[in-house]
Amino acid sequence: MKQIAVVSGKGGTGKTTLSGSLSFLFKNHVMADCDVDAPNLHLLMEPKLKETHEYYGGKKAEIEGHRCTSCGICMNTCRFSAIIPGTPYRVDPYACEGCNACVLTCPEEAITLKESKSGDYFLSKAGELPLSHALLTPGEETSGGLIAEVRKLALKVAEQEEHDYVVIDGAPGIGCAASSSITGVNYVVIVAEPTISGMHDLQRIVETTRHFMRKFGIVINKFDLNTVKTDEIANWCNKEKIEILGNIPFDPEVRNSAIRAEPVVKNKNSAAAKAIKEIYYRLLDLI
Amino acid sequence: MKIAVVSGKGGTGKTTVATNLAWVTAAKKPVQLLDADVEEPNSHLFFHVKYTGETDVEILLPRVNKEKCILCGECAKVCQFGAISVFSTGVLVFDNLCHGCGACKIACPTKAIYELKKQIGVVKTGIIHEKLTFGTGLLNIGEPSGVRIIRELKKYIDETKTVIIDAPPGTSCPVVETLRGMDYALMVTEATPFGLHDLRLAVEVVKEMDIPMGIVINRASDDYTEIEEYASSKNIPILEKIPFDRDIATAYSRGSLFVELKKEWFERFEKLYEKIAGVIA
Repeated sequence: MKQIAVVSGKGGTGKTTLSGSLSFLFKNHVMADCDVDAPNLHLLMEPKLKETHEYYGGKKAEIEGHRCTSCGICMNTCRFSAIIPGTPYRVDPYACEGCNACVLTCPEEAITLKESKSGDYFLSKAGELPLSHALLTPGEETSGGLIAEVRKLALKVAEQEEHDYVVIDGAPGIGCAASSSITGVNYVVIVAEPTISGMHDLQRIVETTRHFMRKFGIVINKFDLNTVKTDEIANWCNKEKIEILGNIPFDPEVRNSAIRAEPVVKNKNSAAAKAIKEIYYRLLDLI
Repeated sequence: MKIAVVSGKGGTGKTTVATNLAWVTAAKKPVQLLDADVEEPNSHLFFHVKYTGETDVEILLPRVNKEKCILCGECAKVCQFGAISVFSTGVLVFDNLCHGCGACKIACPTKAIYELKKQIGVVKTGIIHEKLTFGTGLLNIGEPSGVRIIRELKKYIDETKTVIIDAPPGTSCPVVETLRGMDYALMVTEATPFGLHDLRLAVEVVKEMDIPMGIVINRASDDYTEIEEYASSKNIPILEKIPFDRDIATAYSRGSLFVELKKEWFERFEKLYEKIAGVIA
């Protein structure tokens, strides 16, 4: 069984457009939506919910008001500005990282760490296709751990039901969430866009992918929007010996199919669909 | 006045709105544009920034003095992030898991733990023109969280100016950190079911933080009106609609501000600012 992750240094480059279409093209696979912060893949699939799991990613400090003497030691200890002074002192749950330092220093033993729910993860079925996905509680930060759960669940199903592939719609960015989407996968597809920021974002995600020593190739989305920038990306890839898996044109059909909430490859005659199909065949060769 | 430009997700046009709004507003009054999207800051690409300051953002990592350490294991026991393991031969610190909280140092009974600074990113400040100043943060590759960079960047906020912050995408911790203390959240969304889905999540966070908000619909078109329906059901005003337009997309790809394409757009962004200012005042 092989794991393929679709990522981009940044959101909005067409990651879900591509992975939604791959979910339609691949056979005998499991999908995992690792953008737990703003998951969208399920919108393309009308999945039926099969399992829900609660995710407890970390802890938060809690101050027992009647024991607090407002001495301020906890506030001075906390390095995350998570303690709000007052009578009694309070914890800002958004800033608290559950590190334990305030608990250790409180002379009145008024502070404890409590398990905190950071989100839910789900197994759904879209027709025959298993989809593992999640939703982070807004404002939470432990998305790397939740992504790990989404991937574990996808792998479990893939093993149990003997699927050939796990296709991962990765998280945007280059931080913890993006890293968690690509660790240990067999192949990373990086989606880039030919814009002044696209080049900058691409270089950062390539560096991140190399940091995790994964094999990867690049797809340029909306390549005809700015051919100067597309050439720049192509030249850079050539110099860095990075394979370009394909170019997807700027095609209004992409947006139309998004409004209909269906993968763009469903409309086989669209220019974007044709390009994505070629990318799919290239991917099959490579993995 | 401090305005955060927020979107549930990347790629909806947050940077487009933040940069164009800052440019238009700075034609009349002093503006400070801050890019808090520290994983992928892009706002600077639309301007010639003359940088005047750069500060390293650091965390403190624990190190163990072997002569004082009695291998009691207290440090590993209190660490909530699994960043310390104690073996019979010594103590191992996993730097990438460490949050730099200092709990291990507090717990150590023999004071064997000391701390070293590690740089996790930078904050840079500069000038675009006389009335438009700029600040941006950049997280190092391989570092897990940009929250501390955002916190450092926000220390540069100049309350005497109109502050426009380009927020990170999503609805998680870095966005909350950006929104804290803001007077207004300008929500940027696109007219698709994806946009609506992400907008709902972002609205939830902003509501909970009790910050007034308004919506700009990017890539708007008449064939998808669900955003308008949602906004009116939640009593959130729609302040502007930017059409789905190849010229605008091309201007972005070149690193140009689209308010410079047509006078009409410049004026519409002036009105956008006035609408926001009207709410706050």
